[in-house]
Amino acid sequence: MNETPYEIVIGLEVHVQLKTNTKLFCRCSTKFGNPPNTQTCPVCLGLPGALPVMNKKAYFLGMKTALALNCSIPKFTKWDRKNYFYPDLPKGYQTSQFDLPMSEEGYLDIKSTNDEFEPRRVRIIRAHLEEDAGKSIHDEAAGKGDSRIDLNRTGTPLLEIVSYPDMRNAAEAKTYMQELRLLLTYLDVSDCNMQEGSLRCDANVNLHIPADNGVIATPIVEIKNMNSFRSVERGIAYEAKRQYNVWQETGKVLGELPKQTRGWDDSAQVTRAQREKEESADYRYFPCPDLVPVIVTDQQIEEVGRDIGELPAALRERLETEFGLTTYTSDVIVNQGRGLVDYFLELAEASGDNKLAGNWVQGEVLRILNEQEISIDTFKLSAAQLAEMLKLIQSGDLDSSKAKDVLAVMLDSGKSAAEIVKELGIEKVDEGDLEDLCKMLVERNPRVVDDVRGGNEKAVGALIGQAKKENPNVNPGQVRQICLNIINDI
Amino acid sequence: MSIINKTATEQLALLQSREITSVALTQAYLDRINQVDPAVGAFLRVESDTALTQAAEVDRKREAGESLGKLAGLPIAIKDILCTQNTPTTCGSKMLENFVPPYNATVVEKLFSADAVILGRTNMDEFAMGSSTENSAYHPTQNPWDTSRIPGGSSGGAAACIAADMAPLSIGTDTGGSIRQPAALCGCVGLKPTYGRVSRYGLIAFASSLDQIGPLARTVEDTALLMEVLAGHDSLDSTSVDTPVPPYSETVHQPLQNLRLGVVEQHFGKGIDPEIEGAVKQAIATYQSLGATIKNLEMPHADYGIATYYIIAPCEASSNLARYDGAHYGYRADQAEVAAELAEDGSDEGPLVRMYRKTRSEGFGSEVQRRIMLGTYALSEGYYDAFYLKALKVRRLIRQDYDNAFEQVDLIIGPVTANPAFVKGEKTSDPMTMYLEDLYTVTANLAGVAGISLPCGLTKNGLPIGLQLQAAAFQEEKLLRAAQMFQHATDFHLRRPELL
Ligand SMILES: [Zn+2]
Repeated sequence: MNETPYEIVIGLEVHVQLKTNTKLFCRCSTKFGNPPNTQTCPVCLGLPGALPVMNKKAYFLGMKTALALNCSIPKFTKWDRKNYFYPDLPKGYQTSQFDLPMSEEGYLDIKSTNDEFEPRRVRIIRAHLEEDAGKSIHDEAAGKGDSRIDLNRTGTPLLEIVSYPDMRNAAEAKTYMQELRLLLTYLDVSDCNMQEGSLRCDANVNLHIPADNGVIATPIVEIKNMNSFRSVERGIAYEAKRQYNVWQETGKVLGELPKQTRGWDDSAQVTRAQREKEESADYRYFPCPDLVPVIVTDQQIEEVGRDIGELPAALRERLETEFGLTTYTSDVIVNQGRGLVDYFLELAEASGDNKLAGNWVQGEVLRILNEQEISIDTFKLSAAQLAEMLKLIQSGDLDSSKAKDVLAVMLDSGKSAAEIVKELGIEKVDEGDLEDLCKMLVERNPRVVDDVRGGNEKAVGALIGQAKKENPNVNPGQVRQICLNIINDI
Repeated sequence: MSIINKTATEQLALLQSREITSVALTQAYLDRINQVDPAVGAFLRVESDTALTQAAEVDRKREAGESLGKLAGLPIAIKDILCTQNTPTTCGSKMLENFVPPYNATVVEKLFSADAVILGRTNMDEFAMGSSTENSAYHPTQNPWDTSRIPGGSSGGAAACIAADMAPLSIGTDTGGSIRQPAALCGCVGLKPTYGRVSRYGLIAFASSLDQIGPLARTVEDTALLMEVLAGHDSLDSTSVDTPVPPYSETVHQPLQNLRLGVVEQHFGKGIDPEIEGAVKQAIATYQSLGATIKNLEMPHADYGIATYYIIAPCEASSNLARYDGAHYGYRADQAEVAAELAEDGSDEGPLVRMYRKTRSEGFGSEVQRRIMLGTYALSEGYYDAFYLKALKVRRLIRQDYDNAFEQVDLIIGPVTANPAFVKGEKTSDPMTMYLEDLYTVTANLAGVAGISLPCGLTKNGLPIGLQLQAAAFQEEKLLRAAQMFQHATDFHLRRPELL
């Protein structure tokens, strides 16, 4: 797959805004999109004397995610202050976890849906909790004092998930992000909206270039501002090429340059060196004296673990082995989220035909959802209603070639499948009537009979056409078979 | 005898029996402040109007038979470090000159609920960093016993206003001795509670793991009365501890039987003023006459208290004070001056960084800047282990010393300071000698235990001498009862400075 003269080495740092009603250390709302600075209090404004109190819900959501990422949960963790000056950081430090994170050493398995890469286990170094900063809106180029700060986001709980540099191409990184997002969605711990910033990704990228005396590593670059899966893929791919060019020009290798931060410019499709933040590299971490250490019990870990439910990887496996779906179909259904999986499970149960249910969910149902830009939660047709239609197909009372039309009418009218079949006059043709029709056609077409008997079975096709003219509801397959039987019996 | 010469407990009884009104009492103190504070400088701001309004409201409630709080109608002075909604709170700093908090500290809320009458805000060393109140950005405070001398610090205003009868009760904070040392130098009572006993919510932080709010008063009895209101768990402060609050004001008169007192030998080592040594030893003898037994204690790590404190406190301060950056509230350097400076020196520093630099250079006084630099240095990469981490280890050993001590004795008895109040300006040029003012007090903060300072004599020159008692965590009741035994047997607490 990788035909470049180098290997890309990628590690991702993902920030996930946890789905809590209130912030990590105060009671302010975490709602997105309200007017600036309307969701603040002395604590998240960093006013003198205000003190933080940990939001336990956030801690448990973080733990749930960490457990789902196969991380171990230490019994003792603490909060640390990361000190730096920036206008969107009103306290002058961010409360985070430094040397004793709430979880460590997990993994997330990824695989390609189109064979772009071999299945890979991406190891997780750690997942820790921290508070989000506010937002600065400024025009630094103008050099004017018109910067504005919105502190609504300040203090929103973030889970930072740090991977090992285990990914080897941009597609893997993109898939890792997609799989992580899916997992977070199943866990219901985050809104995972990359546009609104509730799921953010920074990538640490460098190259390993084979050389005579081993491998040459290029300096590591951190890419920021990748606000979609596509930009993760494109940003990394661009950066790899850029680093290769720079290496060819300058020959600079890892250790000869400090770590650089570059921002992805989605409109120009390039990474650009970012103006360094007003901070030194030394964050002077030390334990936050305003917060007490967190002691976690086995019972709490167990309780949170019980709440995790079935995760995407396990579900894909189950849909394949237990329900007999193809890898493709199970991937498509599972990747759409828990809602569609539940819909499928209900449909399979009610219809009694797993494969048929799978095909309809993965095919027509998904097509309609995409077309209408809705999720399965707002899909008008219940699994029970759709199952009724599938049963008509199974019994032969509804020709599968007409089922899509029936589904469309069901969605519009809300009527049952049986009603619609009747109304449309597409009921199955009576067996006796069909037999009579075929006999009549055989008698009327001696030449076709001769051709078939002469070994040209295809000639029977002419009879199917005529049958459809006589009665549009006839099933072409049935007509063909009955006519062939009659001719052979002559 | 004027009403202001009575103790808070006596005044409360008179208020309850309606022999006096809160308005009259408050007015008496406001008059006294007008009369003597120009010489003392204990107050940064006197809030006469709101005090009289509050007093009138308490009188009305009492008249109407409505339920009243434990301090109903008693005036109180508050160190200018506790946030009070819609009331300027400066922390003795130019940085917060125009800062008006939109919320109340928990302790302020408690005082309001107790129907106390807030007289005003007392002076302090800037951000509570200092031992003389000379570091206030506004003006120094004079010791009422000798106005050429300092009152101690950082709660110098809080102690001086009690000593000069400008308030019957006041609130201070103690990070390394900032309640006990000024109480000793001004001849009043000051209690530093156990860490976690009083909520720090709304207390403008100096060193979060050491700061505690506590009461100052003329008598132990009054101290107990106020402490009962201040103490208690607060869900807004994660470090506040949820343990029951004993009724201090009720039990304070019960003497302790078989009291075991410990004496730490280092407390009487080199550097202690002989008059202070004599007075403290006399106090120990008084306790013996009251039935107490004395035991010599080994506190092997006590000598490292100051060194440990001057690592941990500045480290925390460097982070706590990072928020004063001019971007959000408080002082901000003039924008035009920032631009002019940048243009002049041709620095490639951005306007934001220069604004930070200039704001903090102009807004903070030199002692605050010194401690921010100390802390920033000690937390820096390469120094963290040698300084901060080492200090934490020594802190643990000091705590261990206390644990061992309190297995053998009920209380530790000793001096508060090595010397009486010094002359203004004497130590400003040498920070190290100033830091030694906390020699006997910092270990209690490092260990998180409780300590009280009470008058035990006067020097030949008429300067107060303080006696320190320290108790294990959450043993404030024991501390107050033991202190009251001493005041019951002596009259040092009744002596007043001759002022005006
Ligand atoms: Zn808030």
